[in-house]
Amino acid sequence: MWAYWQSVPAHWREIPARYRLEGGRCMDCGYIMLPKEDICPVCGSKNIETVILPRKGKVLNYTVVWNALRGYEYYTPYVLAIIELEDGSRIMAQLTDISPSEAKKGMEVEMVLRKTKVSGESGIIAYSYKFRPVIR
Amino acid sequence: MVYIVGVGLTNVGNHWNKSLRHLAVEASLKALESCNKNIDYIVVANALSGVVNGQENLGSYVATHLGKIGLPAVKIEAAGASGGAAVLLASSLVSSKMADRVLVVGVEKVTDYTALEDSNSALSTSIDSEYEAFHGGTLDAMHALVMRAYMWKYNVSKEEFSYLPLLMHENAVDTPHAQLRFKLKPESYSSSPVIAEPLTMLDLAPLGDGAAAVVLSKDAEGSNGNAEIVSSGQATDSISLYRRRDLTEMPSIRTAFKRAMENTNFKPDFYIIHDYSSIMGYIAVEELGLAERGKASRLFSSGEANRDGPVPINPEGGLKARGNPVGATGVYQVAEAYLQVTGRADGWQVKGAMSGLTLGIGGIGSNSVVHLVRGV
Ligand SMILES: [Zn+2]
Repeated sequence: MWAYWQSVPAHWREIPARYRLEGGRCMDCGYIMLPKEDICPVCGSKNIETVILPRKGKVLNYTVVWNALRGYEYYTPYVLAIIELEDGSRIMAQLTDISPSEAKKGMEVEMVLRKTKVSGESGIIAYSYKFRPVIR
Repeated sequence: MVYIVGVGLTNVGNHWNKSLRHLAVEASLKALESCNKNIDYIVVANALSGVVNGQENLGSYVATHLGKIGLPAVKIEAAGASGGAAVLLASSLVSSKMADRVLVVGVEKVTDYTALEDSNSALSTSIDSEYEAFHGGTLDAMHALVMRAYMWKYNVSKEEFSYLPLLMHENAVDTPHAQLRFKLKPESYSSSPVIAEPLTMLDLAPLGDGAAAVVLSKDAEGSNGNAEIVSSGQATDSISLYRRRDLTEMPSIRTAFKRAMENTNFKPDFYIIHDYSSIMGYIAVEELGLAERGKASRLFSSGEANRDGPVPINPEGGLKARGNPVGATGVYQVAEAYLQVTGRADGWQVKGAMSGLTLGIGGIGSNSVVHLVRGV
């Protein structure tokens, strides 16, 4: 078990992004990022404002993972997706509350807070965003 | 000018009886004996020793076990591109006169892990740990997402990805140091188990232990053949796949290639590319300008990429069948190019080959290194 898995502050530092989609918007090129960075990865600007990203979006691409990482065996098989949020920004997240065969491109999804990683018996339980189909 | 004056390889595979140090020393000694020269610098290429073997500081570690305590030595890491990057930086030590002769040794010892979850976790250190791997992203899952994007964009069927693994296995039969020296049946590809949809096991290179070493020198002084590193190029892309606009392109490959080709009219007789997966192999040949976008499979199904075809690709069997000792792979590629252009790839020789290109790739196309190697 590696240090960064067990570390409380390593997860705590990312909580604004992982719990409430707190990201950044580059005031020079408009790129919207998650998490918020000090430097825009697209244009190099340091002029970044804090924004809360929309909780709804659609599935751009997905895979069903049958061969997991350590710490994710419980969820296997799980759907890992690239999601485009309503503001055009992109993030990677698991889909939840569906069976893997139901995942499809273009599916409308919304954010929920879920248990994401359990690091052994003594490790921390990390929560973060996952996305489920929009309930109509 | 920088010359390759000697090389040494271990077989790629499961070396249960050999540690990281045994492998590094075995390949290094072979390389040093093949040119019979002293070295004044050691550059180690490795990707995973910290997380897999609990050993870092590989410069000192290799110098110690090689009986070269005191020499300057360092480890270079760039995930799957570690080997290529190590050769590039070692070559700059020679051309800048910081060193006369450098030993570059790539080494990886990955089979001490027996559970796939553990090797997946180790490999996931090459992608975005906090925003991809944290969400359950494996390196293989990243390849799966790229494969899906490619299949959608170009309307390519899953079966069309079988041509690369089939050819790689066929080539590796003749390569003494290869990990998977057997032919593959097309039906085995079709029934291969899913790793991350749509990617299946036979799309992927096997992980293996191995070490490869090359000796670089300012003079063409090798007693068993010499090759010149004509030029090299490197480029990065975003560490995070989800930040990229088009998953079917890997711009780091074409930029590294362009940088290597800047001041030369080099024409490779063969290509040794980094086919971690069939999809990465396809995108690589497209980025190198060998196939149109979405049409890479034809290069492999038509026979053009065969060892005796007009555009030989991975005459040794590629990552898919020579095997993938992650951080060492790029040094294998350069050593293999040397053996080809000096006419000593016995059994897997591209006939008359005098020049070759190697391409190493780290992560999911986030770091690429190209070398152009010519026999002298
Ligand atoms: Zn910007």
